[in-house]
Amino acid sequence: MFYREAGDFKTSYAEDNQTFPIKFDRYRYWLVLAVAYLVIPFMINDYWANAIFVPFLIYAIAAIGLNILTGYCGQVSLGTGGFMAVGAYACYKLMTAFPDVNIVFHILVSGGVTAMVGAAFGLPSLRIKGFYLAVATLAAQFFLVWLFNKVGWFYNYSASGQISAPERFVGPFAVTGPNAAPWAQYMICLVFVTVCAVVARNLTRGTLGRKLMAIRDMDIAAEIIGVNPLRTKLTAFAISSFFIGISGALFFAVYLGAVEVGEAFGIQKSFLVLFMVIIGGLGSIFGSFAGAAFLVLLPVALKFVGSDLMGWPTDLVSHLQLVIIGALIMFFLIKEPHGLAQLWRVTKEKLRLWPFPH
Amino acid sequence: MSTDFLYLVEVLINGLMAGVMYSLVALGFVLIFKASGIFNYAQGVMALFAALTLAGIMEGQVPFAHIINAILGTNIHHFGWHVPAVLAILMTIVVMVGFAWGVQRFVFRHLVGQEPIILFMATIGLAYFLEGVGDLMWGSDIKTLALGLPQGGSRWLEDMTVGWGGDDFYGFYIDKLDMVATIVAILLVASLIAFSQYTKHGRAMRAVADDHQAALSVGISLNFIWILVWSLAGFVALVAGIMWGAKSGVQFSLSMIALKALPVLMLGGFTSIPGAIVGGLIIGMGEKLFEYTVGSLVGGATENWFAYVLALLFLVFRPQGLFGERIIERV
Repeated sequence: MFYREAGDFKTSYAEDNQTFPIKFDRYRYWLVLAVAYLVIPFMINDYWANAIFVPFLIYAIAAIGLNILTGYCGQVSLGTGGFMAVGAYACYKLMTAFPDVNIVFHILVSGGVTAMVGAAFGLPSLRIKGFYLAVATLAAQFFLVWLFNKVGWFYNYSASGQISAPERFVGPFAVTGPNAAPWAQYMICLVFVTVCAVVARNLTRGTLGRKLMAIRDMDIAAEIIGVNPLRTKLTAFAISSFFIGISGALFFAVYLGAVEVGEAFGIQKSFLVLFMVIIGGLGSIFGSFAGAAFLVLLPVALKFVGSDLMGWPTDLVSHLQLVIIGALIMFFLIKEPHGLAQLWRVTKEKLRLWPFPH
Repeated sequence: MSTDFLYLVEVLINGLMAGVMYSLVALGFVLIFKASGIFNYAQGVMALFAALTLAGIMEGQVPFAHIINAILGTNIHHFGWHVPAVLAILMTIVVMVGFAWGVQRFVFRHLVGQEPIILFMATIGLAYFLEGVGDLMWGSDIKTLALGLPQGGSRWLEDMTVGWGGDDFYGFYIDKLDMVATIVAILLVASLIAFSQYTKHGRAMRAVADDHQAALSVGISLNFIWILVWSLAGFVALVAGIMWGAKSGVQFSLSMIALKALPVLMLGGFTSIPGAIVGGLIIGMGEKLFEYTVGSLVGGATENWFAYVLALLFLVFRPQGLFGERIIERV
């Protein structure tokens, strides 16, 4: 009844091209933003920030990044953990080398560094396709983690081999280090997520997005109609790695504070982000959020149900979690290969007709 | 012969033996990939699961004891008997066949005709699922496989070769278990080839690998063949699981050898059984050699990534692998 284009007249090209053509969607979008910016920061406490909101926002950025590469451009990557590590270590080196520069710049530059590394590892994608490429990106994953473990320069020769984030401020508020307030951590992640999502959404619905999708659907045909495959694939790798680098930097600096590379950015992380993208929906920015929310909330919910309500031992709950995640992935691939985003799309189609089904 | 050269030879031989282990895992991949086009990431976890099941049955563990205790408040963990190895292996094979049936019935039957990458991701989900089930069934503590396989270095070979390169050479050190693994791998490949060449179901399997639709039209049941192939892969996984389990204990890291098998396959080509063997040998040797010559210069532990980088470089020049079928793309 409310959810339709009828009666919403567009009088300029800009209006006609906007992201949300339906009024209801626009209101919903502004409502979500208002809640995220004006309500949650005042309600948030340490538990909610550390268990749910901050990891959700950071994983959402990583999922957006991987979704651009895998969902839009069709290049499956298992190197996400390695690229997040590049972002984290770049951020660490910058934070310790230039302590006076604002951390926001550090995080952006880390994204840039990761973009370059990503593009370098994307070079073989011109020759290698499908899961050959997926396996090739494993080379990036293992090599990068090994590199950060072995070369002392990256962790400033600290005795433990770990990197830990020094305290840094945005304005008067600490966002990293032990004294950072939960709302400040939440806010810096939220700002990055908002910017990344808007940028990604607009990139993917413009020329670049169409080129990426052409390459995904059939690269030879795309080449014939004038899409340069090398350039497009490398751009996809670079953009995707940029986002993943930002999320890695935030993951290290804001969320964890101290990082041991094999543990925080191992192959499991690559799979986790890939699952977010699959469950959320390949080729959808909303899906990246949905997938990240789902896989961040699932362990928390399972832990709550299993350990707190049923009183089961924690190792049992963590095994159950593996079973459930595995089963869910297979279930989604069978029932809905396009993920949560597709469910949302179907709902919208239904809403458009509601309450008259024909 | 100088001592250095002999050490190099020793490194190479040990690399070959390690390569045989990789090949064992890679074999299971090739079987499934050829027959159904599914790139089965779960092969490593299948090896882990098979080894866990074998160890659990031999010890007389109660399956799912942990979860039963948590729900019912009981405290059971063992039946109190020990099953002889041969019987336990047979029972494990039955479990793996049941698993193959379940996978085919509940997962891949519904995914027929999907893109390969979707199937690949489904097997990643399967890997997680199976890993969780394995832990739930048998517990996640490290188990030992007491099958009576020989352990330790071969004294005979050491005594034979001592003093070859002068007085400071103590003879080749080669693990007996690796030698057994090599023999088992040869037997396994020989029997697989014999099976696919000379038996009715083996021929049907090759027909399916060649062309699904043509195979269907001459009356071959795709469903049966796929269950057969998954069972065979389960059997190969069991063999690999026994070998790796005897070598380093049955534990989670066993499932990570699946990742090592990927570069092996990329080198050898996804569709070739000899390719899996040769690829495994090259990776095993290359990795040990690289660690021996270059590894010490750059801080060691290069085995973690060498295989992948080698495969990556190799693929850039020959995308279908050494023995793979040529990739032809049509618009």
